[in-house]
Amino acid sequence: MSAPLTPLTLLTAPIRWVRRNLVVIMGSLALVYLLLPNVVVMLFSFNKPAGRFNYEWREFSTDAWTNPCGVADMCGSLGLSLRIALTATLIATVFGTLAAFALGRYRFRGKSTAQGLIFLPMAMPEVVMAASLGTLFLNMRVNFGFTTILIAHVMFCLSFVIVAVKARVMSMDPRLEEAARDLYAGPAQTFWRVTLPLAAPGIAAGAMLSFALSFDDFIITQFNAGPSTVTFPMFVWGAAQRGVPVQVNVIGTAMFVIAVAIVLVGQLTSNRRKKQAL
Amino acid sequence: MTITLSQVSKVFGDFTAVHPLDLTIPEGSFFALLGASGCGKTTTLRMIAGLEDPSSGSVLLGDQDITALPPHKRPVNTVFQSYALFPHLDVYENIAFGLRRQGVKSVAGKVDEMLDLVELGPMARRKPRQLSGGQQQRVAVARALINRPQVLLLDEPLGALDLKLRRQMQLELKRIQTDVGITFVHVTHDQEEAMTMADQVAVMYGGRVEQLGAPAELYENPRTTFVANFLGTSNLIEAEVVDAGSDHALLKAADSKLRLPTERAHTTLRAGDRILAGVRPEKISLTLAADEGTIPEGRNRVPGTITDASFLGVSTQYVVNSPAGPELAVYEQNVERDSRLIPGADVVLHWNPAHTFGLDSAQAIDAGTGEDAA
Repeated sequence: MSAPLTPLTLLTAPIRWVRRNLVVIMGSLALVYLLLPNVVVMLFSFNKPAGRFNYEWREFSTDAWTNPCGVADMCGSLGLSLRIALTATLIATVFGTLAAFALGRYRFRGKSTAQGLIFLPMAMPEVVMAASLGTLFLNMRVNFGFTTILIAHVMFCLSFVIVAVKARVMSMDPRLEEAARDLYAGPAQTFWRVTLPLAAPGIAAGAMLSFALSFDDFIITQFNAGPSTVTFPMFVWGAAQRGVPVQVNVIGTAMFVIAVAIVLVGQLTSNRRKKQAL
Repeated sequence: MTITLSQVSKVFGDFTAVHPLDLTIPEGSFFALLGASGCGKTTTLRMIAGLEDPSSGSVLLGDQDITALPPHKRPVNTVFQSYALFPHLDVYENIAFGLRRQGVKSVAGKVDEMLDLVELGPMARRKPRQLSGGQQQRVAVARALINRPQVLLLDEPLGALDLKLRRQMQLELKRIQTDVGITFVHVTHDQEEAMTMADQVAVMYGGRVEQLGAPAELYENPRTTFVANFLGTSNLIEAEVVDAGSDHALLKAADSKLRLPTERAHTTLRAGDRILAGVRPEKISLTLAADEGTIPEGRNRVPGTITDASFLGVSTQYVVNSPAGPELAVYEQNVERDSRLIPGADVVLHWNPAHTFGLDSAQAIDAGTGEDAA
């Protein structure tokens, strides 16, 4: 039964189209809202600014891209940030995974207290944690630098790893490990062949979160850094006082592109695996 | 290989899941542990697998004491409830898992053989979640059987399947068991499943084995009210022992005299004692009270009034109220149906005394019915 083309249907047709595609429209708008800043950053990485401030479009240039380390100290701070982020992620992921298994699998005294304390770094204002940690290091007469930043980062990354891995561990069927033990896998083999592969998505999510949080942390780092340890976010903030070099946009764009690429590659491989299996 | 459980028990905190239990599972048999949920059947199975440590007693496989052996060192494999297939491995790797863990280098031949046995060759590279319930169940069986275990344990392996598929898999499992000839221990709450598949059934209730025997024996001659009610339906009539004879005891229920073979009385017989006289519904014949004269001599008879009749095609189920007991069930084959047997009709229930069984009246008369039997 098709309705005849009357003026009324001509009017209602577009409304119906909007209604049907509302989710897609709203989703696209949300994506535009989220991605617009990235596009601007990307665009201005090809700019050739007149002065020290890169806020106005003048002309297209690849200067910054061909010479990303052209700004004094910037690549050094980038390297430092990457080293801290990788080390903090590694430590937080290993210990966080162990803690998540303990909390997700076993009952012990003080479990609920431990769980509360783990949530604290996520719930507390960053500046409070930063200042109290800084005070602690000061009282202990520890030299501020790489180690203090690392300790601080591991502390807050740990919470996120534990939450991500614990959710995964809790949803794992304990019978799968029993099945492995029943099928001649000793404790070590059960862990490597069954437990770890099953927990891997949670562990990967926790690690990625850790890396991102550590890499772009400013407040906690600022309070616990030494005079010679300037991380990339600290450098950008410092540079912003005097004028942001175009190279900062280059690094920002590169990080964004790498992150998107990782997600895309992950999606594609899992899609292909699904197709192969069918 | 023969499994022997001797005085095996399991206590969780202040809950005793399994009371000290002695059980011998003969080599090559299809053995069922039957009971309602929470009766200790799964715990018993897990103690054989090594997934649960007994609180006391010992588990023997053949002559070897395996009580202290961890699960991966026992030549015993399990088909888990809801299968527990490894979701990150495909069908092939799921089946090969046990062989690989035992250090077998070339698994291909055996895995292919197993895939053929369970007819899953084309599915070898699929992940478990892409299979139907019946296919997953077959993978679970193949994954366990490929290791040539001495004993295969099945923990409600058919519980997740629909009725039609369940019947099919019952036959399939039975066929596989006959083919490979190893001991199967099957845990189930489905009495029909236990009776069709198993050579020996242990009926468990409250952490104890109520009765052990061949399905027909359990059905025809139950020893407890739980077994009588849990396996099929029983009419249990409260009676009093009038005379404990040498081969037949004489009982009195209301005004009816009943005879009970003494070897089918599972309680002491003393004149004046209370007893529960049981009889299966299909053993009873119905005759209109007016025709009582046609009933042969020597049969147990009880008068009553039909309160309900449901026609089921091959048979008709009657509910009869009697002075001897309320709501007695009678199943009549629809061979020559007497059209006068309708609700309200006065009838006589009669049966061969050899089908009567006697139970201890101290037990709950409704054990194994209702929610208990879920």
